[in-house]
Amino acid sequence: MSLVTDRADLISPVRLDPVGVEPSMAGAGDYFELMKPRVMSLVVFTALVGLVVAPGHLHPVLGFTALLCIAVGAGAAGALNMWYDADIDAVMARTARRPVPAGRVKPREALAFGVTLAGFSVGVLGLMVSWLAAALLAFTIFFYAVVYTMWLKRSTPQNIVIGGAAGAFPPMIGWAAATGGIGIESILLFLIVFFWTPPHFWALSLYKTEEYAKAGVPMLPVVAGAAETRRQILIYALVLAPIGASPWLLGYAGWLYGVMSIASGALMVALALRLKRRPAERAAKQLFAFSIVYLFILFAVLLIEHGLNLPVKGGVA
Amino acid sequence: MSLTMTEPPTQPGIVLTEEQKRRRRGRSIAIALALGAFVVLIYVVTIVKLGPGVLNRPL
Repeated sequence: MSLVTDRADLISPVRLDPVGVEPSMAGAGDYFELMKPRVMSLVVFTALVGLVVAPGHLHPVLGFTALLCIAVGAGAAGALNMWYDADIDAVMARTARRPVPAGRVKPREALAFGVTLAGFSVGVLGLMVSWLAAALLAFTIFFYAVVYTMWLKRSTPQNIVIGGAAGAFPPMIGWAAATGGIGIESILLFLIVFFWTPPHFWALSLYKTEEYAKAGVPMLPVVAGAAETRRQILIYALVLAPIGASPWLLGYAGWLYGVMSIASGALMVALALRLKRRPAERAAKQLFAFSIVYLFILFAVLLIEHGLNLPVKGGVA
Repeated sequence: MSLTMTEPPTQPGIVLTEEQKRRRRGRSIAIALALGAFVVLIYVVTIVKLGPGVLNRPL
């Protein structure tokens, strides 16, 4: 066939590209699912706290714009993750119904969606709010989609330890959006999420070990065994508890935060200790569930203290 | 003479099923809403950032 085609060829692209022209079966909801809305909600919440507790004033409309960009950026990272990990997701029962492995969204659609959202979220955040925040958001998307998804996840049991940084950046991005800088307080918020991630995900992987093994993902329980995973969960919980209380210890948060962070940190350690001493799926599930509550408590109390203007060691929240 | 002229008549193209049409319509509406929201956002942020000065800027 000549390259100079007649009109019939133009309206019948299936002859030129027999693989790629199947009509899409994706609904709008499938694209929303690509953005991992549950992860996005946690990202928005931690970013909101970073933005609100930061010193200085940001117009509410600009604050909303910053949060929207951070949410969309997180959604972009989620879509890129689902594009690249479709082979893994198809094997695991927990993820097999996701839009790409289920065949509702084509991989290239997910890729295009992720890249487009990433470009828009970073561009708008930079132009409208802060280029530092935009740079941090761009780095976060890159870190999650490339460093974690494409590299670490399939190559090392430390995948979620290092990759956890991607989930820890949002409060720092919120802070940067409000102040145009990076303060010690925002680094503490980063560290809290960073050290929270390993015990959170390893508790989940303890009762999903077979699925991860089937998918060939070198999660810690698959590679080093359940006993070593429980030991490392306890170590990380022991490190996390004082870091969780550090905003109060260093004078950036009030007594309410101090009480709540110490109490919930102690409970986190107690659950990790119980899991180590008496290995059971129920204990792992309880630790996983409480870890979510723990993070929510810390950030919610920071928000409440700021809203109520409660006093801290060095002034007011 | 083009080789295509000797080929049998071409297919009528891709004919979408009702379900595919319904989903395409859903996607189109979602894109329209997202674009509309984006325009409103840019408008509001521009007003907030520039304030009255939005009408008083050098060309």
